Amino acid sequence: MSGPVLEVADLSVRYRTPVGPAYAVDGIGFNLMPRERMGLVGESGSGKSTTVLALMRMIRPPGEISAGHVRLEGRDVLALSEEDLRRTRFARMSLVPQGAMSSLNPVLPIGAQFADLFAAHDIDPDDGHVAGLLSRVGLPPAVAARFPHELSGGMKQRVCIALAIALTPAVILADEPTSALDVVVQKQVLATLGRVQQDIGAAIILIGHDMALMAHFVDRIGVMYAGRLVETGPVKTVFRSPTHPYTKLLIGALPSLTARRAFQGIPGVPPSLTERPPGCPFQTRCPIAEARCRIEAPAPRPVGSDHLVACHLVGPA
Amino acid sequence: MSASKTGRLEARDASVVFRSGFGGRIAKTALRDATLGIGGEKPSIVAVVGESGSGKTTLTHLLLGFRSPTSGTVTYRGVDIAKMTGGERRVFRREVQAVFQDPFEVFNPFYRVDHALFTPLSVFGIARDRNDARAKIETALETVGLRPGETLGKYPHQLSGGQRQRIMIARALLLDPHIILADEPVSMVDASLRSTILQTLLRLKEEAGISLVYVTHDLTTAYQVADTIVVLFAGVIVESGGAEEVINAPRHPYTRALIDAIPSPDPDVPWNLDAIEPGEGGNGIPGTGCPFAPRCPFATMDCARAEPALAEIAPGRHVRCIRPLGGA
Repeated sequence: MSGPVLEVADLSVRYRTPVGPAYAVDGIGFNLMPRERMGLVGESGSGKSTTVLALMRMIRPPGEISAGHVRLEGRDVLALSEEDLRRTRFARMSLVPQGAMSSLNPVLPIGAQFADLFAAHDIDPDDGHVAGLLSRVGLPPAVAARFPHELSGGMKQRVCIALAIALTPAVILADEPTSALDVVVQKQVLATLGRVQQDIGAAIILIGHDMALMAHFVDRIGVMYAGRLVETGPVKTVFRSPTHPYTKLLIGALPSLTARRAFQGIPGVPPSLTERPPGCPFQTRCPIAEARCRIEAPAPRPVGSDHLVACHLVGPA
Repeated sequence: MSASKTGRLEARDASVVFRSGFGGRIAKTALRDATLGIGGEKPSIVAVVGESGSGKTTLTHLLLGFRSPTSGTVTYRGVDIAKMTGGERRVFRREVQAVFQDPFEVFNPFYRVDHALFTPLSVFGIARDRNDARAKIETALETVGLRPGETLGKYPHQLSGGQRQRIMIARALLLDPHIILADEPVSMVDASLRSTILQTLLRLKEEAGISLVYVTHDLTTAYQVADTIVVLFAGVIVESGGAEEVINAPRHPYTRALIDAIPSPDPDVPWNLDAIEPGEGGNGIPGTGCPFAPRCPFATMDCARAEPALAEIAPGRHVRCIRPLGGA
């Protein structure tokens, strides 16, 4: 039994703005076990993409990682030198970005983009290595000679997946990898991502806003709200017995093909990240908030096996 | 608001062919033989569902009169919108309103949102004076669930995507429309607000008698609001019918594939993610007849011969397939 492949503790990302600091990520922590599939869900502005960028140390000014620890296979990512960081990216932890359309170099054929990656890591690939990678993601070898604009959205996203697994990393970070694709293609690309992740034995963090998609892909899910992780737990537990009031409302708001005209939204809007009212970030929209919630921010605490919830009012007292 | 909204918008055998290349030798049919009606005596919501490239935006542009069909007609109140007089066009422009996908791009960032609400009232001369205009705007905002005091006077960047989208719906309502075309109105809105907007659209039909064309890639939300679902694939209507029937008993294999690709929000309902084959390759059957044949699990070489006609298999139920799936 080995320990977590990725440990995140008290991670905070702050952006300097003219009206004061905005906390995009506000003290989140979780562990990722080897080969585990974890999902991070949240609405726009909840901090899920910023979390991924912080894990890759890709936050640019005026943003900065203002606190926290990130340990990848025991190594402190935040303390790595630029050179060590460069060697770590893709080799130990890779990113499948949100817009495959805009993350490939438009003026280089696909094969040259693989060659760049190998050259950057001093690897001399065998003949047929790129073809092998392409075939693992369901693409014919001829794709290596193509330019990005000659490929469909689904094919480009497959190329990004092939790049992400090319150096067999221990962790794959996938930021909404399928949200720009049509539903049928989305399912095929997600199936491919899951298959290659299992093949190479990597763990994966899947970022998304589609709760239903998450429900069928990940083992464990974390729900983010206003930069905080408000609930984490095994995906079936969270869907069957959502415990944080926000998670409950979010799952209740999901449309399905079984219940018609069953609308349930969440009134109100998320708090401004620059104002940061004291107490729980969800208190302004929470149906059960009490006086205490307006004063004291709840810390995540266990409510069941591997199930953490940041709420004063639920779970064991 | 007026009691009866009888305006009816109809596309009949409408096709749009884009031409490019020297002398227009390269022709691309974006939409073919689309027949669709909305509004009239009984208000209803028609959902037009399709993936990217299916022709749904082209159809929206036709219905709004942004583009004329290459063949076929689009009529409002029985008048071809390509041949309307100035007065008829003014009625059409007022009674048929649109709500678009991106609530971030439709506002001028330099104006307060009030500007987007006062402008249509002054263009159409609907308000008696500024106070009347303000009262109408407040009513419209309240109809879509916004508090006027918290909305008016704000700049677009001070409002969320869901709030902006509801302002666009309020703006459409100011003109007392008979028909609203909503093109992906919730695809850029977060889950917690999506339901609120869909509920607003449904209330417009039930309480204000407004008919809606809801254009979307999302079959799930279409099922939530629509009375009728029309499925577009590769520029043609492949299936249409009552929402319950289309979802619970799809007759076209493409509709079936779309439904199967949607994960249930219940993790215990199987989705078979690992069962499907990788790749987007076809089954070897050319798309020379039915455009879905190369991807269809039931296709035979017969499907490559000619494109099937859209056949009425039951009253109000149409399918374009030579061997429709079982109705059960």
